[in-house]
Amino acid sequence: MAQRAGVKIQCRGISKSFTAQKDVLHVLEDVSLAVYENEFLVILGPGQGGKTTLLNIIGGLLMPDAGDVLLDGKPIEGPGPDRGIVFQQYALFPWKTVEENVAFALTMAGVQKGERMAAAHHYIDLVGLKGFEKAYPAQLSGGMKQRVGIARAYTANPEILLMDEPFGALDAQTRYAMEKDILSIWQKELRTVVFVTNNIEEAIYLGDRVVVMSAMPGKVKSSYVIDTPRPRNYTDPKFLEIRKMISNDTDLVL
Amino acid sequence: MQTQTQETYRTGKEVKVRVETLTKCYDDLLVLDNISFDIYHGEMLCIVGPTGCGKTTFLNCLSRFIPMTEGDILVDGTPADPTRHNIAFVFQEPSAIPWLTVEDNIRFGLRIKRTDPKTIEDLVERMLDLVGLRRYRKCFPKQLSASMEQRVVIARNFAINPDLLLMDEPYGQLDVKLRYYLEDELIRIWKEVGSTVLFITHNIEEAVYLAERILILSPKPSTIKEEVLVDLPRPRQFDAPEFVKIRDYVTECIKWW
Repeated sequence: MAQRAGVKIQCRGISKSFTAQKDVLHVLEDVSLAVYENEFLVILGPGQGGKTTLLNIIGGLLMPDAGDVLLDGKPIEGPGPDRGIVFQQYALFPWKTVEENVAFALTMAGVQKGERMAAAHHYIDLVGLKGFEKAYPAQLSGGMKQRVGIARAYTANPEILLMDEPFGALDAQTRYAMEKDILSIWQKELRTVVFVTNNIEEAIYLGDRVVVMSAMPGKVKSSYVIDTPRPRNYTDPKFLEIRKMISNDTDLVL
Repeated sequence: MQTQTQETYRTGKEVKVRVETLTKCYDDLLVLDNISFDIYHGEMLCIVGPTGCGKTTFLNCLSRFIPMTEGDILVDGTPADPTRHNIAFVFQEPSAIPWLTVEDNIRFGLRIKRTDPKTIEDLVERMLDLVGLRRYRKCFPKQLSASMEQRVVIARNFAINPDLLLMDEPYGQLDVKLRYYLEDELIRIWKEVGSTVLFITHNIEEAVYLAERILILSPKPSTIKEEVLVDLPRPRQFDAPEFVKIRDYVTECIKWW
């Protein structure tokens, strides 16, 4: 169980604001949380709650105004190959094929071709895209594009996967299919995952633990350990009960 | 699993829209295959189907954005004609007119229909109240959040009291709490205005929450696979056993994942 494992990521008192013209927008306020080794942690919050900002800070893409993030006890100073990111809008290179996209980080790291293609093909198979190695992103559906995004993040062999509403743009059914698959990949290749979503159902289906954030400024409101066995059933009474409880605990943002 | 028979449901209802043998091909790709059904006056009808079953093509035919290959759509017994009938459309992406304020967006359709100015003003006030945007009446769409903008579009569409209001998954990816709030609002407006609504969604739970009747489409080439009546009191509870039973049943009908 994740709680007995060591702390992998420690966020300590993170605050962040942005300035737009004269307005100061307080996006995160004193956010502290720990993510355990190989835990599947879900950060759940309404729209405009600073979830992406928090993920970007853990990823080293943004620096907090106050507080810091420790990775294995060492402060994060920028992005690094130890953290892979899956973006909401896929962010694939449109001029590269599926396998070139997936192998990109290894290409940059100077890994020789045979080795990086072997790694790329392993993850392309794992996300279920065998046969599409030479396709370009424009030839793929939304769900398939995000599968490429997931394979790309895994191929760099990061210790931590940061996923920013990866299924947010998919229809409800494709989303169920992707949720099922992301869990099976995670169970085969255990990593520490921080997964951001605004979807309560998705959070409960996936997470070892769900951290609920408030609307802006984002703060940690509460945390739920989800200990029902996987695969979880969306319409199981226990599942719906947890969902109602968390729903009552989240803010309505109009 | 029906708690109410199709016959009882139809009793006393008048047909508002009749879809007759609707068929659509793109070259030799058959997308919609001989679809026939009725929509009753003032009904809230939801359509669900597996991903890629041709829902968008279906809506585009119903709205007459694209021609049908075969078949016809009758409104009050005469072929649907955008110049005669009011067919309104709420798209997935909010589509408020960016250079008009909230209240002018609501006036827009009414002005095109040459509604008399007094009626327009009464309707605008009523719609502003129904969607709770009175405070924002002078705002432009870019000053609003996406969900508020979608409510402006919904107000604009209900204001013309359409013969048929087509809604293409208008609440797609909003968070659940907000979605339920907006769905409750939609039910309230629909009940008060009495429009005939056809609501398309991928989200089965949403369909069970909203619909009086659900039509389930098959994979491409699409036909109507089944019709499910949802005879549950409102407000509906997503964790009520009868609700879950219908949701599970519809899910099994279209499950591909």
